[in-house]
Amino acid sequence: MALLELRDVKASYGAIRALHGVSLKVEEGSVVALLGANGAGKTTTLRAITGMVKATGEINFGGKSITGKAPEDVARLGIAHVPSGRGTMTQLTVWENLQMGAYVRRDREKVKADYEKAMNYFPWIRQRRDQVAATLSGGEQQMLAIARALMLNPKLLLLDEPSLGLAPIVVREIFEIVTAINRDNGTTILVVEQNANLALRSAEIAYVLEVGRVILSGKSSELAKNESIRKSYLGD
Amino acid sequence: MVELASNPVLDFIQQVVSGIAAGGVYASLALALVLIYRAMDVANFAQGEMAMFSTFVAYTMITSFHLPFAVVFPLTILISFAGGVVIERVMIRPFEGKPILTLVIVTLALFNLTNGLAGLVFGYILKDFPSPFSASPIILGGIYIGQQDLGILAFCLVILSIVYVFFRFTKVGLAMRAAALYPESSKLVGVRVSWMLALGWGLAAAIGATAGMMIAPITFLDPNFMQPILLFAFAAAVLGGIESPLGAVLGGLLVGVLLALVGTYLPAGQNLRIPFALVVIVAVLLIRPAGLIGRAAVKRV
Repeated sequence: MALLELRDVKASYGAIRALHGVSLKVEEGSVVALLGANGAGKTTTLRAITGMVKATGEINFGGKSITGKAPEDVARLGIAHVPSGRGTMTQLTVWENLQMGAYVRRDREKVKADYEKAMNYFPWIRQRRDQVAATLSGGEQQMLAIARALMLNPKLLLLDEPSLGLAPIVVREIFEIVTAINRDNGTTILVVEQNANLALRSAEIAYVLEVGRVILSGKSSELAKNESIRKSYLGD
Repeated sequence: MVELASNPVLDFIQQVVSGIAAGGVYASLALALVLIYRAMDVANFAQGEMAMFSTFVAYTMITSFHLPFAVVFPLTILISFAGGVVIERVMIRPFEGKPILTLVIVTLALFNLTNGLAGLVFGYILKDFPSPFSASPIILGGIYIGQQDLGILAFCLVILSIVYVFFRFTKVGLAMRAAALYPESSKLVGVRVSWMLALGWGLAAAIGATAGMMIAPITFLDPNFMQPILLFAFAAAVLGGIESPLGAVLGGLLVGVLLALVGTYLPAGQNLRIPFALVVIVAVLLIRPAGLIGRAAVKRV
């Protein structure tokens, strides 16, 4: 059974419909990429999952419907959403950002263990815990955002364009860490990307959105060979 | 009032000390204003009236039920906290996400409502609020310092410290700061942002109550007694930087001292205190809108 399943999900911003019925499946333990151009509805799909935008249709997580649930409640189910632009709490310290990631948790000992685990991926954070988050570079803020998400010990990690505005070398590092997180802990990951090349290499399955609809989906390896994908997203 | 020392230097120092004490009260009320301003970008014009109502509640407990201060203070703080939460749920919540001006009007309505209700329930006759502190001064190096002033200052400092520790070192305090500054990110990590706002109102009401109870023995108690104090608190908050809790406290102490000096040394100074507070507000907004330690408000368009 899929950990996350969307069926005919529609969402609008005021009068403008952003999703015209998106359906997709994310199997437990997999990495799935959501590709598409600007305005295709990638971010809105993630926002619909975590209740940041009102959606109709059916969104199931772990076999239960989470359609229409408030973001606070979705987070409590174990879905960590790293929003586009990282959602860094810039005036708070790095440590406070991490603490906020574990806000809903009551199992202190396990939180400590998860902090140690997160620090394995981002060892530099240890030395900079007391720094105000605004002083971090863009790449560091993105890593902090992922570390914060890990503090929830999420079953499902939603990443919204982790490559946005970052140097290629930093992007590669981040994607290596993301795949390592999936490999080491079996964390299910749904990642939104414009950088299709990288996303197709990291994910097993990919969905391609165009104007609020899924127009293509399948194994990343096969999509990477697809003629129209190569033309539209891989710059061939 | 303490009899003034004849030495002009000692006299000056005495005025500064009593200004700092009153400043503690302005600082508390200013902090309450800043809490709500940070959380919802709105100046709560009803903050003073809420404090006034709390003070009447304390007064009733003291005069009608003859409870000791040690019971009345914490009880009033608790009742005010609950009142603040209820006010947010009932009057503010329905307007969440509405334009700022709408919220401003709502706080003005709350101002009138609280004022009228207090008049209805407690009446408009001036009341003498008993002081928990002795009126007799202690003499320190030739300076007469009112025990009342010291008591007020000590009490305010304790309250402000508790608020500081709460925001700095507790999980809920951290969540409230995060919710005020980053509502979206906070929701995504599971913070019930809307309840944090209610908690903020409760806290602001509780802090305001302490300010009311501390200043009432110096002034008199009636439904309008907090209005000048609120103006002074606004001056303090603006001077410190309306977004900065530390600025509110510093601004409060500074405004307290300035007002004490204006009241003493300018002819007819007591009557100039309110205009002076307005001058402070206007001057800060003109010269340094961000206040002493506030950050300049840069809004991206």
